Amino acid sequence: MAEQKAASRPLSPHLQIYRWPITMGTSILHRVTGFGLALGALLLTWWLVAAALGPDAYATFQALAYGWFGRLVLFGFTLALVFHALNGVRHLFWDLGYGFQMHTANRSGIAVYAVTIVLTWIIWAGAYFAMGKL
Amino acid sequence: MSLKTPLARAQGLGSAKSGAMHFWHQRATAVALVPLTIWFVYVVVRFTGAELYEVKHFFANPINASLMLIFVLAGLYHMTLGVQVIIEDYIHREGTKLALFVLNQFAGLALAVVCTIAILRLAL
Repeated sequence: MAEQKAASRPLSPHLQIYRWPITMGTSILHRVTGFGLALGALLLTWWLVAAALGPDAYATFQALAYGWFGRLVLFGFTLALVFHALNGVRHLFWDLGYGFQMHTANRSGIAVYAVTIVLTWIIWAGAYFAMGKL
Repeated sequence: MSLKTPLARAQGLGSAKSGAMHFWHQRATAVALVPLTIWFVYVVVRFTGAELYEVKHFFANPINASLMLIFVLAGLYHMTLGVQVIIEDYIHREGTKLALFVLNQFAGLALAVVCTIAILRLAL
């Protein structure tokens, strides 16, 4: 019978051991943000339904969305949407066969992170400006 | 539309499923969603803190209502395709996988119906 023993030979390192390459981080984040945005679809549905139902439902939506927790959730969804959109464009270039060189893929990954932060900041500044609080 | 090569079709070999169309629809919706998302973010920013009558006035314009409807439907379709890939990657028991596929399709369809009625009610 085969017994479970700790192998004495060297084994391939695992997720916790590897230093995460940039492309690994963006790949995993693309999936995580994509799934997160699926939950965000529920929020968008709620907004549309609340507006269609009338003033009471809309007031309830606004009260929750503009509270500190609502803002935190919306900020997360903004980051997720911007990242997924930008990294998605990166994926489309890969689908066309461009940008596969290691240094290109690393640089485009860093660019996606940087632009995500800048765009999210601009979007929130714009939202506060629209509310007349900036 | 089949993306099989004529040889593969003649031999009757290849995948029994429809992965090529899934891949293609995922990319087609992705391309459509790039400009639509920019527009959507602009709309959300513009109506942050807005009163309901302003939102209704916006949707009363058929162009705005149409764009929102297209964004929502393309987005939900893209979402359903994406979640299916996640299920395929992590769920290996056939029964559970099948149940989650159906649940995923129903969820996407249900949200599409609800959003469509809400947008139409705002628009008309």
